[in-house]
Amino acid sequence: MEHLQVLIVLVPLLSAPLCALLPSGRWPWLLATLASWATLAMALVLLGRVESLGPLSYELGNWAAPWGIEYRLDYANAMVQLLLGVVAAVVMPFAYRSARQELDNDRQPGFYAALMLLLAGLLGITATGDAFNVFVFLEVSSLSTYTLIALGRDRRALTSSFRYLIMGTVGATFFLIGVGLLYSLTGTLNMADLAERLPAVASHRTVHTAVAFLVVGICLKLALFPLHLWLPNAYAYAPSAVSAMVAATSTKVMVYVLIRFLYTILGVDFSFGRLPLAQILMVLSVIGMLTASAVAISQPNAKRLLAYSSVAQVGYMVLGVSLVSALGLTAALLHMFNHALMKGALFMALGCVSFRLGGTDVAQMKGLGRSMPWTMAAFVAGGLSLIGVPLTVGFISKWYLVLAALEQGWWPLVVAILLSSLLAVIYVWRVVEVAYFQPSESRDIHREAPLALLLPTWILVLANVYFGIDTRLTVGVAEQAAAALLGAGR
Amino acid sequence: MISLGLYNYWIVIALMMTGLYTMISRGNLVKKLVGLNIFQTAVFFLYISMGMVEDGAVPILTEGVTRYSNPLPHVLILTAIVVGVATTALGLALVVRIKEAYDTVDEDELHRLDNDF
Repeated sequence: MEHLQVLIVLVPLLSAPLCALLPSGRWPWLLATLASWATLAMALVLLGRVESLGPLSYELGNWAAPWGIEYRLDYANAMVQLLLGVVAAVVMPFAYRSARQELDNDRQPGFYAALMLLLAGLLGITATGDAFNVFVFLEVSSLSTYTLIALGRDRRALTSSFRYLIMGTVGATFFLIGVGLLYSLTGTLNMADLAERLPAVASHRTVHTAVAFLVVGICLKLALFPLHLWLPNAYAYAPSAVSAMVAATSTKVMVYVLIRFLYTILGVDFSFGRLPLAQILMVLSVIGMLTASAVAISQPNAKRLLAYSSVAQVGYMVLGVSLVSALGLTAALLHMFNHALMKGALFMALGCVSFRLGGTDVAQMKGLGRSMPWTMAAFVAGGLSLIGVPLTVGFISKWYLVLAALEQGWWPLVVAILLSSLLAVIYVWRVVEVAYFQPSESRDIHREAPLALLLPTWILVLANVYFGIDTRLTVGVAEQAAAALLGAGR
Repeated sequence: MISLGLYNYWIVIALMMTGLYTMISRGNLVKKLVGLNIFQTAVFFLYISMGMVEDGAVPILTEGVTRYSNPLPHVLILTAIVVGVATTALGLALVVRIKEAYDTVDEDELHRLDNDF
């Protein structure tokens, strides 16, 4: 049982080359799906173990902690691993029909291999307790993301993938510089060990430089305004299943890395007491929330619209991080989980649309409310969750964020959150208005998407509603995680 | 006063800025990748410099030597070099496909073509 901590990374990692070796057809997909279901099962068991045993530690190859690589699991990363498991387990079944239509047959094995590498990389980032190991897994997941985005049908997928490659590599290299500078001062890469040794050298200017590199690098990868320029095109032109997977997971994992570095490694007193990081992150996230939502309104392509909305939603998460309170962190972690559910559902609904229409331009979607009722109903439900209507997960996390802001008397933040939600109403409504209230112009009636696509989409939609009503699991885990993160910084 | 005793760090900074500047200022995608490579190499130098211990010997167990340089940064950077090679390879592969799809590798030209598209 104690090996589960490393197996959850190894299973997708090892299934990647197997997927690539299998003949084109059903087999690579089947293997990838089974691996992702196994991941979900392991994530559930691990969360249960953290609940009963407290933080878990695993020494790779039995090398003791400060020298060997340690895998460390507490509530915060167990929750992110569960999120990854849920999204992967739902997106993989969806990928089959969608990828068979969008990709050439000989690219299928490689496609699933890259998806598995992406999952392994993201799980590795969350599993590890070693700062350099984060960089390695970060690059594993990033390289597979570049490949997956470049598989898009539109030729703009290539240029957006290249742009992401340049900016992503700069971000990862900045992260590498930061880790190196921390190592040069403390002589350790283990996160817990770093946290112990850093206070002694905290006044050193090298630490400040390291933090600057780390924060900028991580924020590039998590697409915080104004470092988000790579994101909209990358999400818009990737294959449908990739958009759903990447939009639901990558940026969330990087928010987790930000939390881990600021709270666990550098400590609350240092990162928010000595450095003005809270103020910087707060200002940027509020600007991001408002401008990205506003830009989303005028997007002609529905996938690009959702991508801009993702930038805004990252703003909510970072805002929660920057409030430096138990409630704020709870809200950030909750929104990570909840946003994965809603964006996953929304991008999969658009995947259904693209399956029948061959594109996701809003103008193309006239009359879809009648011809593809289930798909559009899923989109509306996901959209309501994105806006934050009660009984959906979006409401829960925004509620906690508003509470966290009010707790510190930051009422202008509440206004910004509400304003950004109002903008979300407008951009979701734009799609709904075209789909339901404008009659179809073309004669050919689009059929409803096949069940193989609708079923996974609706599972996520129902999860949006379920976790919006029964919040015991998500809020409980997020509160525990926030308490542990704040406790570690003291 | 600028201390020349740490001249390797000055080289690192100069290389890093050269790489970043090339990446930002050049429109040719291949040149961008070259800039990225220079930038990454500068970081490798940074790590390797860190591993240096004064009067330290090469970190291979030898009789009569008690002071070794720190081999860990070297190992770390071996990993980072592999990552860098993979990134460059992927980047160049993308450039090849961009050239096939657009018949140009110039950024401004690509922007123009995408807007017409």
